[in-house]
Amino acid sequence: MKFGVVVFPGSNCDHDMYHVFSEVLGQETVELWHKDTDLKGLTKDDCIIIPGGFSYGDYLRSGAIAKLSPIMKSVSEHAAKGGYVFGICNGFQILCEAGLLPGVLLQNAGQKFICKNIYLKTTTKNSVLTQKLDTNTSIKIPIAHADGRYYIDDAGLENLVKNDQIIFQYATEGNELSNDVNPNGSVSNIAGICNKGRNVFGMMPHPERASEDVHGNLDGLGMLESLVLG
Amino acid sequence: MKFKALINIMPHKELLDPQGKTVKKNMSHIDIDHVDDIRIGKRVEMILDAKDTIDATNKVETACKKLLANVIMESYEYSISEI
Repeated sequence: MKFGVVVFPGSNCDHDMYHVFSEVLGQETVELWHKDTDLKGLTKDDCIIIPGGFSYGDYLRSGAIAKLSPIMKSVSEHAAKGGYVFGICNGFQILCEAGLLPGVLLQNAGQKFICKNIYLKTTTKNSVLTQKLDTNTSIKIPIAHADGRYYIDDAGLENLVKNDQIIFQYATEGNELSNDVNPNGSVSNIAGICNKGRNVFGMMPHPERASEDVHGNLDGLGMLESLVLG
Repeated sequence: MKFKALINIMPHKELLDPQGKTVKKNMSHIDIDHVDDIRIGKRVEMILDAKDTIDATNKVETACKKLLANVIMESYEYSISEI
């Protein structure tokens, strides 16, 4: 599988993603400038990464302007063909704003920017991103966001549950769901979801920041390796 | 013809508005007590060319729906006048 990392003005995790897929995982990886529409030869068997950061300075709403960049039309077409798209943090916000994922990311309930390690429960193995993960063991992944409160209305939440679209939830180290460890007030502790077609993924935590020995934490590597397997 | 649109965008009532909540809490520091609620939204002023009021309304409606507001979290209302 080849990877294409989209770069918006204000992206700041694009090089981290490029590094982890090309250097750590040894995959062919290209950068995709947001003003281009060319996907540099990526096919529907490949994956587009929408990285974290503060695209367009979070003006208006996080991800609201980035969804209008020319590359997003190509990303939508790629997703419609069944190609993989994975958004992390600001990437998750952009995918929700673009309508490629349901719901929206609101300002954290506590109003503060939160930067810390949290624990995630893998809610389902039924996705290319989580197929190799253990649903009975939590993983420790850092978050770094101000607008991470996932919101969807009751009917939407019911659909997410019914279609097994919730992939990660904030949990205790012991893998239990609890309001006490919900860092931002997200509905149902939701940290990551996929679309109904199971080819578009979004999550607030940063697996690329927990994927090398130098990070002191390798808990993020499992899902990235899982994605590489396709 | 030139038109001016005044657009108000507010978070849905059922959603927690952390900014509004924090501002309300701090009203007591300027000796204003008994404030029941404060919610914070956005006001957008837009000057645009349009053929007539209907054309201007269509453009403003599209701007609100596709960019200025996210209807999952916000509602909007606007007034339009010729200038």
